Amino acid sequence: MKILFRLLITLIFFQNYSLAENSQEVDKISKNLRCLICQGQSVYDSQSDFALSMKILIQNKIDEGKNDEQIYEYLKAKYGEWIVYDPEVNKNTILLWVLPLILFVFGGILILRKVSIK
Amino acid sequence: MSKNIKLISIVLFTLFSFFILLKGLDKSNIYSPEIKESNVDFNFKAKYLFSEEEVFINELLNNEGMSLINIWASWCSPCRDEHAYLLNLKSLNKLSIIGINYKDDEKNAKQFLSELGNPYTNIIIDPKGINSIEFGAFGVPETYLIDNKSKLIIQKFIGPLDDKAFAKIINIVQ
Repeated sequence: MKILFRLLITLIFFQNYSLAENSQEVDKISKNLRCLICQGQSVYDSQSDFALSMKILIQNKIDEGKNDEQIYEYLKAKYGEWIVYDPEVNKNTILLWVLPLILFVFGGILILRKVSIK
Repeated sequence: MSKNIKLISIVLFTLFSFFILLKGLDKSNIYSPEIKESNVDFNFKAKYLFSEEEVFINELLNNEGMSLINIWASWCSPCRDEHAYLLNLKSLNKLSIIGINYKDDEKNAKQFLSELGNPYTNIIIDPKGINSIEFGAFGVPETYLIDNKSKLIIQKFIGPLDDKAFAKIINIVQ
């Protein structure tokens, strides 16, 4: 009886654990997705109908064995680049990517000159 | 003199910023995606509203001509407003209208149709909102005009149909 009880508890814990792991994966992906109909929220943060369906869909895709990258690609194909929080490098976003680098180098030069003058 | 220049440049800069912000605010915040037709894959299954059977969306788009896919729900009041347009389009007999019942109670959906009339050739249900995502939908109501042969979305109407959208559909179909 005791053994059975223990087994049952282990089973329940094990099951909870696996469920938690799956939804963690959904959380991770949905945090990187923009909720397109809510302003300034991720799919993870939002409770809108759109976001709730999206979370179910992500879970389904994970169950189908799709990985993160495939899910992002799938959604990008449906909703465009804008849905992910990670802008691709292209001619529209090149300034966005390069500007911090330029500023960093420029600042570095300024600091170096100041130090060498002293 | 230099004080004047300073003042003028501050005023100009303020005006410049003001107009930039004004123009920014003027722009609509509603995001509308570029439609990538080639990416819509209608090869998914959904259940009919009026029977227990399931069907592939592809099969509903197999005749010649065009189809109108309309995402609706009984709880959505703009859907009520656009319903007359759908009934009108049905009476033209030029399109098959496929309804996608979005996150709805089946009983309420059927009541909605018996109350306002049923413009749809086929209705499938989408209780979790997942099928609508396949179309790249944001919510309800949304309407897509699809060319059955090439399976391309010709026109996407986000939000309820209005006079303008109605005229556009008629224009394309005729």
